[in-house]
Parts: sequence; C-alpha cells; structure tokens
Amino acid sequence: MTDPIIAKGTLWTVIILLGLGSFALRFVFLGLIGNRPMPDWLMRHLRYTAVAVLPGLVAPLVVWPNATGGVLDLPRLAAALTTLALGYYTKNVLIAIFGGAGVLYLLLYLLG
Amino acid sequence: MTLTTTKSVYWKGVRDGAPFIFVVAPFALLFGVVATEAGLNVWEALAFSVVVIAGAAQFTAIQLMQENAPTIIVLASALAVNLRMAMYSASLTPHLGATPLWQRALAAYMMVDQSYACSILAYEQNQRWTPAQKMAFYFGAVTPVIPVWYAMTVAGALIGSSMPAGLALDFAVPITFIAMIAPALRTLAHQAAAVASVVLALSFAFVPFNLGLIIAGIGGMMVGAQVELWMNRRAQA
Repeated sequence: MTDPIIAKGTLWTVIILLGLGSFALRFVFLGLIGNRPMPDWLMRHLRYTAVAVLPGLVAPLVVWPNATGGVLDLPRLAAALTTLALGYYTKNVLIAIFGGAGVLYLLLYLLG
Repeated sequence: MTLTTTKSVYWKGVRDGAPFIFVVAPFALLFGVVATEAGLNVWEALAFSVVVIAGAAQFTAIQLMQENAPTIIVLASALAVNLRMAMYSASLTPHLGATPLWQRALAAYMMVDQSYACSILAYEQNQRWTPAQKMAFYFGAVTPVIPVWYAMTVAGALIGSSMPAGLALDFAVPITFIAMIAPALRTLAHQAAAVASVVLALSFAFVPFNLGLIIAGIGGMMVGAQVELWMNRRAQA
C-alpha cells in the first residue's frame, strides 16, 4: 500500500503547472496559427485524431482493468463490446452508454 | 438575420451538447471520489477540475502523486495524456481561426473531448456556417457540460469514500469513450486508424510515462491518412 497523503506543495504545483500546460496545448494552434491555411498532409492526419487517440486510451482499460488488478474480466469485456456494437449500429451515444452499463451490471450481478 | 441565426446555432449547440451531461457527470463524480480518497479536500478537488478540466489527465496525475512519483514525471505523464488536445486545437483551427482572440482563448480553456467531437461533427454537416456561427455552436455545446464538470466534482468529493465498490464506476470512463468513438468509425480509414491505435496502445503499454498512448495516437493518424490516400487512388482508378 502507498501512503495516500499527497504533500500540499506538490499538489498545488501539479494543479497550477498542469493547468497552464493543458491550456498551452489547447491554445497552441487555435490561438497562434489563427486563420492561416494549413497544408493538406497535416489536415489529412488531423481528420483521424479522435479515432486514433481515444481507442488507444481505452484499450488498456478494457483489457487490463484497474478494478480487477489488471486481469481480463468477462463483464467489463462484454460491456465494452456491447457499447461498441450499439454505438456503431445506432450512432446514438446514450443508447450505447446505457446498453453497455446494463450489460456490465447484469453480468456483475449474475457472476458476482 | 445573422444575429438570430447565430443565436439559434448557439441553442443547437446546447441541445447537441446536453446528452454529454450523462457522460461528464459520472466522470466528474468519480474524480471527486478518487481525489478525496487520495487525501484532497473538497476545495482542492474543485480547484483541480476548474484549473485543468481534463478528466483523464487529472486521474493520471492523482494516481502518480499517490505513488509518490517525482513532480516532473506527474506533469509529463498528465500532459502526454492531454497531447490529444493539441491535435483537437489544430483540427478546430480551420473552423474557428477567424474569430476574435479572446473567444479562441475561452474556447481553448473549455476544450474537452465531448465539445470537440460534437463540434467537429456539426461543422462537417453544416459547412456553410460562418466562423462566428461555428464558435456559437461550440460555446453552446460546452454550456451544459462545464458547470456539470465543476458541480459533480464537488458532489463526488462530498460523497467521498462512502461510495459502494459494487457500482463499478471504474468502467464509466471506458464505456463513455467507446460510445463516443463507435459512431465516428464511418469510413474504412477511420476504422483502420482505430484498430491501429488499439494494437499500438496494447503493444507499447510497457513504455513508461504514457508514451505508449502517444505512439498509438500518432500511428493511428498515419494509418488513417494512408488508408484515405489509398481509397482516393482506388476511387480514381
């Protein structure tokens, strides 16, 4: 077990610097480049930002969930696949979320 | 005429952004709970959410601080998670670049996955909108989300560790992100980018400081762009 107490100086340093850094990342192109046109190759790559970053963020959380100590878990895997299928076929974010959460709770209840 | 249209576009943004309340609320609530368990008080948790507004980065920072990681590692990892914001910023620039600087600064502060995804989709469907209308939609889309982000962080911090473990709140994050990605997988190029991202993220998960995610993001973008070029060549042939 790690000590849960975080030093206040460290905490505020992280909050302030992370806030400034996050703002800089969000502002860099929007604020500094403004209305200047950007090259085709850059735009062609940027079209895929969301579908290139978020699946990579999610995949390890599905395959190695923190809650199970990193062991692949049937309810969480089934919930993830249900959410993906519902979102793909219905194009409706909320149906996908509630369908996935429903499968998760049902399987946790049945297998728990 | 332009004024009323801009106003109606703002309200369209509010309507399109409203469902994301259900996405953001559990995420913020969970952050409040996790922050309290890490020893933060309500004000510190709220300050975190107001100053940073980035769930994944906030979770990363709290987790690493609890493990007593050096501050520089905490910052580098959380900012790596947030690098996608620079990509969002670049992809919004052709749409919003012509608006006043203060509006772009405000838009940058409020840039989250949901406002980005929802706005880019609306811009693709409404290519005749003026930059002012596009900005109005963006502000509309964040209007329901940002106050909920702050308020639910406070609620989570107040509820604190009394949340029952059986709620499996850990999985709120993956489910909401998957639900957002799935409808966006509309072309072969988008699907290839997503598959490449998953494969790369799992293969490079051992790389420290979340750099595996950066590799997956850049690799996924390159695969998407190459498949798009290949599809274009095939369509012309």
